[in-house]
Amino acid sequence: MIRRSLGLFAGLFVLILVVGWLMGLPFTSSRLVEAAAYALIALGLNIQWGYGGLFNFGIMGFLMLGGFAVTFMSYPVNADFWGSDGPMLLGRALLAFAVGVLLVLAARRSDRIGITGRWKAALVVLAWFVAYCVYRSQIDPAAAYIEANAGFVGGLGLNAVFGWIFGGILAAGVAYIVGKIALGLRTDYLAIATIGISEIIRALIKNMDWLTRGTLTVSPIPWPTPLPQDYQADGADQMSALLMARGGYLALAIVVLGLAIWLVSRAYAGPWGRMMRAIRDNHIAAASMGKDVKSRQLEIFIFGSVLMGIGGAMLVSFTQIFDPSSYQPINHTFLIWVMIIVGGAGNNWGAVFGAVLIWLVWVVSEPVAKAIFDTVSYWSTTVGWPAIPDIESRSAQMRVFVLGLVITIALRYAPKGLIPEVVRREG
Amino acid sequence: MTEFIFFINQVVIAGAVLGCIYALGAVGITLIFGILRFAHFAHSELMTSGAFFAFMLAALFASWGIVTPIPTGFVVLPLAMVLSAIFALGIDKGFYAPLRKRGAKPVILLIASIGVTLMVQGLIRLFFGAGSYSFFETETKDVFRIDTSFLGSTRPLVITEPQLLMIVVTVISVLALHLFLTRSRLGKAMRAMADNADLAQVSGINTALVVRVTWVVAGALACMAGTMLALDVTLKPDLAFNIIIPIFAAAIVGGLGQAYGAIAGGLLIGFAESLAVFNWTMVLRPLNAVLPEWAQLPSTLALVPTEYKLTVAFVILVVVLLVRPTGIFKGASS
Repeated sequence: MIRRSLGLFAGLFVLILVVGWLMGLPFTSSRLVEAAAYALIALGLNIQWGYGGLFNFGIMGFLMLGGFAVTFMSYPVNADFWGSDGPMLLGRALLAFAVGVLLVLAARRSDRIGITGRWKAALVVLAWFVAYCVYRSQIDPAAAYIEANAGFVGGLGLNAVFGWIFGGILAAGVAYIVGKIALGLRTDYLAIATIGISEIIRALIKNMDWLTRGTLTVSPIPWPTPLPQDYQADGADQMSALLMARGGYLALAIVVLGLAIWLVSRAYAGPWGRMMRAIRDNHIAAASMGKDVKSRQLEIFIFGSVLMGIGGAMLVSFTQIFDPSSYQPINHTFLIWVMIIVGGAGNNWGAVFGAVLIWLVWVVSEPVAKAIFDTVSYWSTTVGWPAIPDIESRSAQMRVFVLGLVITIALRYAPKGLIPEVVRREG
Repeated sequence: MTEFIFFINQVVIAGAVLGCIYALGAVGITLIFGILRFAHFAHSELMTSGAFFAFMLAALFASWGIVTPIPTGFVVLPLAMVLSAIFALGIDKGFYAPLRKRGAKPVILLIASIGVTLMVQGLIRLFFGAGSYSFFETETKDVFRIDTSFLGSTRPLVITEPQLLMIVVTVISVLALHLFLTRSRLGKAMRAMADNADLAQVSGINTALVVRVTWVVAGALACMAGTMLALDVTLKPDLAFNIIIPIFAAAIVGGLGQAYGAIAGGLLIGFAESLAVFNWTMVLRPLNAVLPEWAQLPSTLALVPTEYKLTVAFVILVVVLLVRPTGIFKGASS
């Protein structure tokens, strides 16, 4: 097993070298940084699906939360907003929100004063409606005011690392709510419910222009490490400044990834990991042994989502732009699933391997498809047939096809993944 | 009366059109779930590819110079449905049947269907690019404006020809499906297998045939839904991919595995979406005359802003999953 994994990782290393040789160092270095972030996200999904058997199809939503968090924490302070009436209006909206929450909670407790059954259900629905109206009545003018006078809320101007941490915290908070709502459902229902929730998150982040600037996008978002421009200001030439800056970012990303792998592997090897596998393989038996299945599953859902939030934040601060409309289920949910299925669910190294491999396949398939189309087009024109039209846009679309092909082949011929889970049996 | 006609134009017609498309898609999903016990994600791609089959056939007809009184898209629909049914059978044979034979869990089939989604979508984009097409490049889209001045309205009732035909075709196919499920031997076999697959098999039902028939019906209905959606708006490669979650919501709201529930769920979600974004001020405006100065209605009074239209379906989905996970009609509980 170890030899096979080492062989696969050696092959991956050779692949990276080949890509670096063919596509150049600037391209490869930025792909590697993204691959490290995706490895962290895949590790998060590996905890949820590989350890806990939980079906999370809402990864995109958690990545967006991470991206928003790092934008909010690290973008420079917007003086226009803090100098205006905006904070006061937002405070009132927050108060309205709190009033709404209290109303709903009170309605849910109304059986204490003797309102039960249908009447209670009607009261709860009414409370939700009133709470929604109260909140809307405060947030709509506040949003319009901020958008007209200050553009958007702006950031806090802190180091991006705080943004990563905040991304993790925010993702954890949302994962708690999502888990409370959805974790009782069977797998198919859970998959569809999580997709639905991630679409709601996307719609909110995309349309709350006062908070995220929506489709107008926010940039440039600062890096946690020095930018290429900083090195250039110190007198380095363009190429080495770029490589040094990206190397610094990559080193930081790898430190975070290594820390996550270390912690996750420790947990997996310990009693907690054994309990999780027991719950995954047979939750009825685990429950009869006195394990609290529901709260353990909630726990693992939150842990996985934290890694996704941090990974999403890392991606956004690397590309320096937060564009809510660039998030797509294919690129940000299904891609991660392919990484896990190909790499091997339940094995951390498998998840990391799958993430780097699939990310390289994803980014390389476009130029490869273009080269193939160009060759075919060249031959067809020499034979006298017409050339292939729009090669550029067609080869960009081939990525999606290649991704589908990879997952189909993996499910057919390596259903446990390339580096499968190692089940150790003691006693 | 003008307000009432406006309400019909904005809510009833738009909701019915959307509801018909959701219902036809959801029926296929719910049938596949009932028989094969997995959430078939690639249904959106069956819809889109069906629409592209119809589009190609329509283009072929136009190049032969055949002119039809109704939009060509509807004339070629039966042919496109046959092609889609064959396509659906091929997908099952190539991708799902080997996994089923190995005894893979439903979750693995769900992931496989995502692989199929990506491959089909990639192929469609490869051949047709990322742009959008219209069925009405060579022919005109007839719009009926029914004068309602005898009711005292200043606005006409507006419905387009494809919308009218769409509603008619949906009603016919739902009736046909009902007769098929309740009267024919195969339809009864399908219902028996959805209830209890093992029992159906030992009672001598040819389960392999039932699976094939399910794919044929689901593929044909998906093609119908996709083509009608493309006739109503425009045809593009992510035509149905964007609405697959509302369709799933419709199937779940109706109870997965329940064909009639899916139809009800589809109409419910369609109407809920168009009602939620409806601007109530347009209807309640006459009240402004009697209301005091401080209580005048704002210019827009919709339950949710228009840009959140798609989230209505998700919110309904989440609420239904919370309150009644088996759907309004009791769903299959595999």
